[in-house]
Amino acid sequence: MEILVILVPLALMLGGAGLVAFLWSLKSGQYDDLDGAAWRAIADDEPPQEAPVKR
Amino acid sequence: MQVTRDFSHYVRDAGEGVRHIDLAVEGVHCAGCMAKIERGLSAIPDVTLARVNLTDRRVALEWKAGTLDPGRFIDRLEELGYKAYPFETESAEVAEVAESRFLLRCLGVAAFATMNVMMLSIPVWSGNVSDMLPEQRDFFHWLSALIALPAAAYAGQPFFRSAWRALAAKTTNMDVPISIGVILALGMSVVETIHHAEHAYFDAAIMLLTFLLVGRFLDQNMRRRTRAVAGNLAALKAETAAKFIGPDEISQVPVAAINPGDIVLLRPGERCAVDGTVIEGRSEIDQSLITGETLYVTAEHGTPVYAGSMNISGTLRVRVSAASEATLLAEITRLLDNALAARSRYMRLADRASRLYAPVVHATALITILGWVIAGASWHDAIVTGVAVLIITCPCALGLAIPTVQTVASGAMFKAGVLLNAGDAIERRAEADHVIFDKTGTLTLPDLEVMNAADIPADIFELAGRLALSSHHPVAAAVALAAGAKSPIVGAVEEAGQGVRATVDGVELRLGRPSFCGAETLVGGATLDPEASIVAFSKGTAKFILSVRQGLRPDARAVIAALKMRDIGIEILSGDREPAVRAAAHALGIPEWRAGVTPADKIARIEELKQRGAKVLMVGDGMNDAPSLAAAHVSMSPISAAHLSRATADLVFLGRPLAPVVAAIDAARKALHLMRQNLWLAIGYNVLAVPVAISGVVTPLIAAAAMSGSSILVMLNSLRARSASREIV
Repeated sequence: MEILVILVPLALMLGGAGLVAFLWSLKSGQYDDLDGAAWRAIADDEPPQEAPVKR
Repeated sequence: MQVTRDFSHYVRDAGEGVRHIDLAVEGVHCAGCMAKIERGLSAIPDVTLARVNLTDRRVALEWKAGTLDPGRFIDRLEELGYKAYPFETESAEVAEVAESRFLLRCLGVAAFATMNVMMLSIPVWSGNVSDMLPEQRDFFHWLSALIALPAAAYAGQPFFRSAWRALAAKTTNMDVPISIGVILALGMSVVETIHHAEHAYFDAAIMLLTFLLVGRFLDQNMRRRTRAVAGNLAALKAETAAKFIGPDEISQVPVAAINPGDIVLLRPGERCAVDGTVIEGRSEIDQSLITGETLYVTAEHGTPVYAGSMNISGTLRVRVSAASEATLLAEITRLLDNALAARSRYMRLADRASRLYAPVVHATALITILGWVIAGASWHDAIVTGVAVLIITCPCALGLAIPTVQTVASGAMFKAGVLLNAGDAIERRAEADHVIFDKTGTLTLPDLEVMNAADIPADIFELAGRLALSSHHPVAAAVALAAGAKSPIVGAVEEAGQGVRATVDGVELRLGRPSFCGAETLVGGATLDPEASIVAFSKGTAKFILSVRQGLRPDARAVIAALKMRDIGIEILSGDREPAVRAAAHALGIPEWRAGVTPADKIARIEELKQRGAKVLMVGDGMNDAPSLAAAHVSMSPISAAHLSRATADLVFLGRPLAPVVAAIDAARKALHLMRQNLWLAIGYNVLAVPVAISGVVTPLIAAAAMSGSSILVMLNSLRARSASREIV
C-alpha cells in the first residue's frame, strides 16, 4: 500500500492541473462567445491579401 | 449647416495609444458573416483588432490612435451590408457578466473538488465492507477534508452570502437551509474524522454545492444573455440628438452626452430623444408614445416636448431641460415609485417553499436528536443521526426545482420573441387572468400604414411613393415604404408644412395636404376613418386621396380570440380619443374599453380589479402606461415602447405580431405547472429518505446516491418546459 504515497498526490496533481486549466480558460475569455467559437473551428484559413472575399 | 458624427463618447482608451470601441451589429448569424466582417474591418489601415462575438452579436474594434474616425467602421460595415451602432455596456450588464463568471468559477472549483473527493470516497465505501485498515480510512478522510473544506469555503460563497443577507434582514430563503446543511455536514465530518469514525460526509456536502451551482449558473447565464440582447436593442434604437456645437454647426451625439441647457435641432420625421422646451420654429408633434393620444399637437415657442415625441412637419430648436422640470414626467415618476413599492411585496414560489421547508427540516433534525437520546443513544450518535437528517433533506432537488424550469422556460420564451426583465415574472405571468391592453402602439403597430392602397392604381401609387421619398414627413415615409419606392424623383421640392411637388414629363405631381393638391372636395365626399391622416396625390388633374394610420397588429384579432378561449378577461384602457378606441375595440371584438384615460385612472382601474381578486396582466408601450405596468400583477411591453415603460415591464416582446402575449402566458403556465411538479418530486424524495435518515442507517453512500438521483430526476423533468406550445389559436 506504499504505492498510495505516489498515486494519491499524482491524482490530486492531475485534478489540480485540470482546475488551473479551467480557471485559466475562463479568465482568458474562452467562454465569452461559444456560438462563434463553434464556427471558427471550421472556418477557412485567412485567404491571401488580394483575394476577393467570397461569401 | 454642417453635421458631423461624434462617437467620442463610446471610444475607450485601451492603453499604449490604442483606442477601443464596441459596436452592436444587426444581421450577424453565421460563420460567413463573421469572417466577412472581420476581414473587411481588418483591411482598414491602423486597425489592430476586429473580433466578432457571435453570441452577443457585437464587434470589438481596436486601432492605433490618430486620424482614423470611428465613423469609418460603421460606413465600412454598411458597405458590407450590416447596420452597426456604437454600443455602451450598461452597468447592469457588466454586473451580470461578472456574476456569471464568478458562478462559473465557483462551479469549476466545486466540480473539481467533487470529482477528487469521490475518487477518495469510493475506496472508503468499498473498503468498509472488505479489509481496509482504519489508518488508511483516516488518511483518505483527511485528504477529503483537505480538498473539500477550502473548496466549499470558496464555492459556497454565493449561498453563504445570500443566506447571511436573508438572516440579517430577519427573513429566510432557500439558501439558509442549504448553508446550514453544508456547514454542519462539513463540521460533523471533521469531528468524526478526528475520532477515527467510519463515516464522513465530505462528498455529500461538496456534491450538493456542485449540483446547486449548476442550477444557479444556468439561471444567471440566461439572465445575462437576455440582458445582452436588450442592450443591443437599445443601441440599435440609437438614441442620438443633433446638438448645436456652434451657431451653425451641428454634431450628432449620443443622448448620454447631452446636458441641460444644450440646444438640439429636431428635424421633421425625427423622434425627440430629450426633454426640453421649444425655443424656435413651429411644427406639429406626435405625442402618442407619451400620452396615447394620436392627434398631433402644435408646437411653437415655449411648448414643452418630451423624449419620445415625434416631430412631424417643421424644424424645431429645443433647449434641453432637466427632467424634474417636466411636470408630466414628474407625475409619472411619482406614480411609478408608489406602484413599484407595492409590487416588491410579492413573494416568489421558491421563497414561499423555503419558508415552509426550513422550519420543518430543522425541527425534524432536532426531534431526531432528542428522540434518539430519549431512546437511550449517546449524545454523539444522536447528533450524528440528526446531521444525517439535515444532509439528506438538504434542498438539493428543491434548489434546482425552480431555477432549472425558469432557465428552460425563459429559453423557450426567448425563441418565441419574449425577453424576461424580472426573475419572478414567469410565476406571476402564469397566474394572470385578466389582460388590459393599451391601444396605441400595443394593439396597433407603432408605424404608419397606408390603409387604402388597394383602391389606387398601382402605377399612380408607385409614383406617389417615389415623390414621397423627397419628404421627411413621417406620413410621406409611410407612403414611400408602402409603395416600395426606391428612386426619388429628381427635382422634387418640399414646401414645409404643405407637401412635395415635382414635374415629370411636363405633368405636375403633388403629394401633401388635400388643399395643397386641390383635392378638398374628394376629402369632403368620402367617409373616412377618424384616426387616419389624409394625404392627397395629384397627377395633373387626376386626384387621389390616401388614408394613412397606425394599423392593428396583423394577428391582433386571433390573439384576442385565443385569450378569450383561455377564459382570460380582456379590456382596453387607452389615453386616446373615444372614436379611435371604439373603432379598435369593435374591430377586435372587445366589449370592455375606456378612452381618454389618464395614468392615474389606469392605476385606479387596476386597483379596482385587484380588489375583486383578479390578477392583471398589463400590456402597454406608452410612457403614460409605465405606472400601470408597475402596478399590475405582471406586465409586458413591445420593444418599440418608451424607454421608461420598457424598463418597467416584466417581459418585453419583439417584432410585429402580438402572438408573444399568448405564447408567454402558455409557456409560463406550463413552467409553473412543472415547478410545482418538481417541488412535489423533491418533497416525495424527502418523504422516502427522511425515515431512513431518522432510523440512523444512512451511510454516505446512500446520501450521495439519493442526492444525485433526485437532482437528475428534477433536471430531466425541467427539460419538458422546452417544448412550450407554439400554436396560439
